[in-house]
Amino acid sequence: MFEILEARPLARGIKLFVIKAPRIARKQEPGQFVIVRLDDCGERIPLTLADADPKAGTVTLVVQAIGKTTMLFNMLEAGDSILDLVGPLGKPSEIENFGTVAIVSGSVGTAMAYPTARELKRAGNKVISIVGARSKELMVLENEVREVSDETYVMTDDGSYGDKGLVTDKLKQVMADQKLDYVLACGPVPMMRAVARMTGAEQIKTIVSLNSIMVDGTGMCGGCRVLVDNKSEFACVDGPEFDAQRVNFEVLMQRNSMYREQERESIDRLQADPQAELERLRRKNHKTECALDAVGVTNE
Amino acid sequence: MSSPTQAKTSHNPLPNKERTKLPRQRVPEQDAQVRAHNFLEVNLGFPAEQARQESLRCIECPKPGCIEKCPVSVDVKAVIDLILAEDYMGAASKVREDNALPAITGRVCPVEDQCESGCVLGKKGEPVGIAYLERFVADWERETGNCGIPKSAPPTGKKVGIIGSGPASLACAGDLIQMGHQVHVFEALHELGGVLVYGIPEFRLPKDIVRHEIDVLRRRGVEFETNVVVGKTVTIDELMSEEGYDALFIATGAGLPRFLNVPGEHFNGIYSANEFLTRVNLMRAYRFPEYDEPIYPCKDRDVIVVGGGNTAMDAVRSSLRLGAKSASIFYRRTEAEMPARVEEVHHAKDEGVHFEMLVNPVEFLADEKGNLTAVKCIRQELGEPDDSGRRSPVAIKGSEFVTPCSVAIIAAGTSANPLIQSTTPGLATTKRGYIQADDSLATSKPGVFAGGDIVTGGATVILAMGAGRKAAKSIDAYLKTTLKN
Repeated sequence: MFEILEARPLARGIKLFVIKAPRIARKQEPGQFVIVRLDDCGERIPLTLADADPKAGTVTLVVQAIGKTTMLFNMLEAGDSILDLVGPLGKPSEIENFGTVAIVSGSVGTAMAYPTARELKRAGNKVISIVGARSKELMVLENEVREVSDETYVMTDDGSYGDKGLVTDKLKQVMADQKLDYVLACGPVPMMRAVARMTGAEQIKTIVSLNSIMVDGTGMCGGCRVLVDNKSEFACVDGPEFDAQRVNFEVLMQRNSMYREQERESIDRLQADPQAELERLRRKNHKTECALDAVGVTNE
Repeated sequence: MSSPTQAKTSHNPLPNKERTKLPRQRVPEQDAQVRAHNFLEVNLGFPAEQARQESLRCIECPKPGCIEKCPVSVDVKAVIDLILAEDYMGAASKVREDNALPAITGRVCPVEDQCESGCVLGKKGEPVGIAYLERFVADWERETGNCGIPKSAPPTGKKVGIIGSGPASLACAGDLIQMGHQVHVFEALHELGGVLVYGIPEFRLPKDIVRHEIDVLRRRGVEFETNVVVGKTVTIDELMSEEGYDALFIATGAGLPRFLNVPGEHFNGIYSANEFLTRVNLMRAYRFPEYDEPIYPCKDRDVIVVGGGNTAMDAVRSSLRLGAKSASIFYRRTEAEMPARVEEVHHAKDEGVHFEMLVNPVEFLADEKGNLTAVKCIRQELGEPDDSGRRSPVAIKGSEFVTPCSVAIIAAGTSANPLIQSTTPGLATTKRGYIQADDSLATSKPGVFAGGDIVTGGATVILAMGAGRKAAKSIDAYLKTTLKN
């Protein structure tokens, strides 16, 4: 059982959680993720680690309510517990002094990019951050990003905050003004694909963090396979970061749509009575915790 | 063949001649047409009377071939005699001396190649139904709520870590705890049991039975910890140096699924058997939406499974239970070469699974959304025997054909998962990436042992258990000699 120590809304539908998970906190590196299962009927979903504090034994997750599990997750508060949390999984981000780097992120992708940006800054890079969102209410961690960046640009689709336009519009400007040595893109697949096309033309090393559907997260199932250089690679163990020019984004989008109907059905069931679902999760996790204590199983 | 000498204590009233005339008891099964639509167990097991009847058939060989052929050397002869004495709890305890998971092996062991292949009766007729008897005593024990727990040695003060909670690990844990060592098991997934819970379906091995066997180990003192991916959450070196383990046993099982590497394998609706079975078994996707994990719809659709092993049979029979309109095995050799157990093949056929032999997929086809619509195959013929001794399939030119299907499951075996090997300096591996272990299952790192599928490649539950027992013996010897201080 993993206790939530802090739960703080960051933007509309996006919440930050600080969770007690000493083993994961000790090992976490930027770019890695965890697999979460909320309760004993829950699905396993991957979430990128936004941060960790080894001394406090905590990890930070930033969760955007998109599917049933993330919606239910976002209803949790400090004091609640989630049943399973496993990690850190995947390969860490490559951190070295590339020179001038651009971190391009969309919405909750900023939370994934932030720890890598911080480490790249620490490694001596000039860090240019371009953070985007559909509108002001969806912008997250802007201040944190500013702290670790030499230049920060804010973009919204509707112009409600920062400049009006897409992150790629800003990236184009930045590329025109200065030579980039490395680009990291985190966010919706179409955004990552657009960045890849833009930087590919200039042959700038570009890394994307892929959000495939996963089950175990350890390479056992192959559900997260993506086409990289036209060959299957597993996002969970070979990634989640890949060279953007080698990734087939169309196949990624196709595979991410595999369970669209079932996802809709689950969301409808949750939304019929969200409060009842929340109470059910709390009851079940309390019961499971007692049962685990009784038989002496540790799951953290 | 064997002399009719009988142990003094024999509870069998019949002379040998009459025993051999008794027919083998048929185990009751759920009706094929009914069970093809539910996930309840197929074999219903012997009632006590049938177990005694079957036990009467044993001629009590002085050198029992059944014990010799059992990878964990269960004292079958003694167990059968205890059944005849109606001391079922004593029989359970007897099995447990050599086998930590009798309710499981009694269900999933390929007995026709093991104990039952060593039974003298099998030379002229049918061997004694040893697996059904083992299952009977284990089920009897469980249903009484008691447990035939063997006595443990006094505590040694040594601490052993076991990586993985599948059959090799559980067998190893059972023996080590009995030897008086402290045992801590790490599991990467959220549920204990490894392949027993993510791989083998409910209708062949109910999860409650796995849970019960694990509870027995827990009552004997084994500690369990889930959600720990050794190699990621913590390394082998950290366990040895920081967490104070005196020895480790790595039994992480078969690793990465193999795909066919043909065009279109990324389309929606194509699964590795590992993923399909994990969704159905571990995640209970067959109970969606009550359980959250979804599975690509099989209902009223055509499902094909590529492969001929037990995993392929488990997958194809699961797809039927998910409501498939048709469920087919596509295998590139003939039924004679299929590695699946004969019983599993029979069960699948009875349930209506279609077998398409000597075919090999060459391409998957999909609609504009990327959803699978058909598989293109080429027909095969058998050529010269390959390394495995089986005749290898050769494609027949120009024999391509297209079959419509909406779901395809690839059960083409597994390769080594590198998670531990790549994070453990000094741990030697084989050319194919499996962990190298000597005859005693010691690895190149002092105090670190390995066994089961991560050493041998994909095998069976009982072979993994055999490796677990062997490792326990070696670890015990290591702790007593090498670590003596």
